[in-house]
Amino acid sequence: MRRIMVIATNTFREAVRDRVLYNLVVFAVVMIGASLLVGRASIGIERLALVNLGLTSISLFGILISIFLGIGLVYKEMDKRTLYTVLAARPVRRWEFITGKWAGLVMTLVVNAAMMSVALFAGLLYVSGKLTSADWGVVAAIYLILLQYVLMTSLALLFSTFSTPLMSSLFAFSLFVIGSYAGDLRRFANLASGFTRVVAYGMSYAVPNFAALNMILPAAHAVPISTKLVLLDSVYVFVYAGVCLSASILIFERRNLK
Amino acid sequence: MTPSSAIAAIETFALEKTYRVGFWHSKKKLALKPLTIRVEEGEVFGFLGPNGAGKTTTLRLLMGLVYPTGGRARILGRELDDPEMKRQIGFLPEQPYFYDHLTARELLDYYARLSGVVGRERKKRIEEVLARVGLSDSAGTQLRKFSKGMLQRVGIAQAMVHDPKLLFLDEPMSGLDPIGRREVRDLIEELNVAGKTIFFSTHILSDAESLCDRVAVLNRGELRGMSAVADIVREIGGSVELMWSGASAIPAISALGGQCHATADVVRAVLPERQLDSAIDALRKTNAHLIQVVPVRATLEDYFLAKLAERPEGVEVRA
Repeated sequence: MRRIMVIATNTFREAVRDRVLYNLVVFAVVMIGASLLVGRASIGIERLALVNLGLTSISLFGILISIFLGIGLVYKEMDKRTLYTVLAARPVRRWEFITGKWAGLVMTLVVNAAMMSVALFAGLLYVSGKLTSADWGVVAAIYLILLQYVLMTSLALLFSTFSTPLMSSLFAFSLFVIGSYAGDLRRFANLASGFTRVVAYGMSYAVPNFAALNMILPAAHAVPISTKLVLLDSVYVFVYAGVCLSASILIFERRNLK
Repeated sequence: MTPSSAIAAIETFALEKTYRVGFWHSKKKLALKPLTIRVEEGEVFGFLGPNGAGKTTTLRLLMGLVYPTGGRARILGRELDDPEMKRQIGFLPEQPYFYDHLTARELLDYYARLSGVVGRERKKRIEEVLARVGLSDSAGTQLRKFSKGMLQRVGIAQAMVHDPKLLFLDEPMSGLDPIGRREVRDLIEELNVAGKTIFFSTHILSDAESLCDRVAVLNRGELRGMSAVADIVREIGGSVELMWSGASAIPAISALGGQCHATADVVRAVLPERQLDSAIDALRKTNAHLIQVVPVRATLEDYFLAKLAERPEGVEVRA
């Protein structure tokens, strides 16, 4: 566990020093601009507009970071041969290395999201004058976005163990888009018949269900998000991510690090 | 060199590596033919061979970075994936790359933590090795600003930071200037005196000759020979080298089978040892002034080239 934390901390530090958190500046500008604009332009729907924009930005920035850093997590280490000195002559198991890299990126994304969330709530406070119990829905939506990060990081890491960054980013982004419409795919399966129905059902359950983790609109409209949904989504993500992480470890354990 | 002990520092038993190449992985490429060697604790062991000989493949096999397709190996009496063994070894890869967002001190701290060096001991070790490789003044600089030679020093420092018993160095002099090479040679000698076992690959024979207790020569993935350096250089080739001043003796020495090379008034000739007395007589008769007589010894280079030239089936390989 200690070695996993050491590797995770180094991965986090690498991301910070590679100026990944600079996206926060962009986010802060978006939030400040939006707070000032919606306050003037949209009487009565300031909160809705700000939450919608804020959560969408948190989701988009994080997903992009998880894809672009995730696809390089292992590939970059192999390409630059930085992992030689970690795996060759240190008591570090390959599964510890993979898990540490994964945890480091998730840590980066959580810190990033936490900072963006603070900016979002500051904006909310500015436009509404106070925070209400309805804002707990925003917290729940942010938690579900964090689960999206976990899912995407696990997928990107999996691709990173056997593919080039270009192909990995293509796979990861495609899965994100398809997964965002997993609900529609299931509805289509209900309408279809025969072989098409089987394939559509199979696909709808196999692809990562990002749609189920997107609660931005309910949060924006102050519609309560049920605890049951949050719990089920959590279980779903941790099982799905666990499978991806295990597959990454299995592939990486067998690789010759030439 | 320490006498043989029950547990060898490194033992390989018919260790072999074949890669599958081509689009369908249908072709086989033999990177290392069955290799059996034993390196004793306390030895400085040189792994010699031209580029592509299989030195780096062997090191990567021993480090567990690639998996053997045949045979097995043990380090310090333990399996290659044993974390306890990994704690006791250090590794410098060829042309090492490091996390360039870190400073030298941070990098060493990272590796020391991974190796389980704790608290105050870690800080002490880091400062010691930084000083030992001459990087104390640059310890706070990010590695992306380091030159190739400085990175090589960092590589050596990370291999030593957890005070391992056994060091694997892949081309440790690579990228270093003559002063740096000398410093690394001194460092290897010091480490050996301190009881460390050192296994290093190189194609710089003078380094191997001055540092190694034993060497193995590898070519095209095959062990061509293994010998103690002292035995190689002790062999006298049956010839002597004479040096004298006075060109008038050249015809007489040439008549005895000597090949003479004159530089100004000084002449040098190599001739069969049995002709030595006759040659000295000839020098006296011509009033030449004898400067020195040196027995011609075999060098590691001679041994290396001879082993490379041998046909594979004629090689005697002894473990």
